[in-house]
Amino acid sequence: MVGMNWHSLSEFIHMGGYALYVWGSFGVTALLIAGEILLLGARRKKALTLVRRTIKFGKAENDEDAA
Amino acid sequence: MSGFNLYKYSSPATFYVLAGRLIPWFYAAAALLGAAGLYVSFFLAPTDFQQGEAYRIIFIHVPAAWMSMFIYLAMAGWAALGLAFNTRLSFMMASALAPTGAMLTFVSLWTGALWGKPTWGAWWVWDARLTSELILFFLYLGFMALQAAIDDPRRADRAGALIALVGVVNVPIIYFSVKWWNTLHQGASVSLNTAPSMAAVMLAGMLVMALAVWMYAIAAALSRVRCIILERERNSQWVAQMLGAEPHPHPNLPLEGEGTNVEGI
Repeated sequence: MVGMNWHSLSEFIHMGGYALYVWGSFGVTALLIAGEILLLGARRKKALTLVRRTIKFGKAENDEDAA
Repeated sequence: MSGFNLYKYSSPATFYVLAGRLIPWFYAAAALLGAAGLYVSFFLAPTDFQQGEAYRIIFIHVPAAWMSMFIYLAMAGWAALGLAFNTRLSFMMASALAPTGAMLTFVSLWTGALWGKPTWGAWWVWDARLTSELILFFLYLGFMALQAAIDDPRRADRAGALIALVGVVNVPIIYFSVKWWNTLHQGASVSLNTAPSMAAVMLAGMLVMALAVWMYAIAAALSRVRCIILERERNSQWVAQMLGAEPHPHPNLPLEGEGTNVEGI
């Protein structure tokens, strides 16, 4: 079903007995990339909040909150 | 200073907008190349006659390892530019690259361990290649920890730049370690002066994956530098104007970074 290397989905998942190592590599990498993208989104949100507060209240009040 | 186009883009205000336009394209390129690279890695590249399917880890391990070194060089290059020309944006770029570089260094160590166990019988050995890559990881973490520990951004920039530049010696050590020492880690899979010691389809898969990681790293670093610009320039007029808001009601307070793109001038 899936290309020339694999004859079934279970064979693909099994990875010739190396599933732990292969999927452990690709899976953790995918999680780390997804995590970084989420963290970047959170940081942007936080930065925009900080900027809006700075605009509203001025510089002095915000300096202690600077990350 | 004006008239020279490069200076225009070394201004955080201009670069913030430019980066914002570029980011979606780099993410899109990363996704397309990543999909193509994964297809080659799992469906076109044949099973290795010695290592079976375990060798497929190469398609993530080698690109991550290449980029871990390349990003470090880029980070040190920005740090050097910052020290030489006193440009805020250069230091911000160096800071923006570090977490992505650290993440990819971790990926290369992690996937290396998962490849080492079935092929060498060990998750980890203290050979020169693995040890110098581990040192690279600590250099990234050290850079980030040092910058986080210093409150004054200008001093943090300079201190971080020093670490980044001193650590550069480690990059050729990683790269040539498999030549200089007798390592358990295999020699270079791809080198500039000899034919690659692998099938063309495997090489193609690795190169496409490396390009995907490269595009991703640029997208992530540009996203992060935009956050850093906002955090550091939040008192400046252009940030307020960009967000369409009135400047803060205390006009007597000094506004940092207003109208200048070079520190201290």
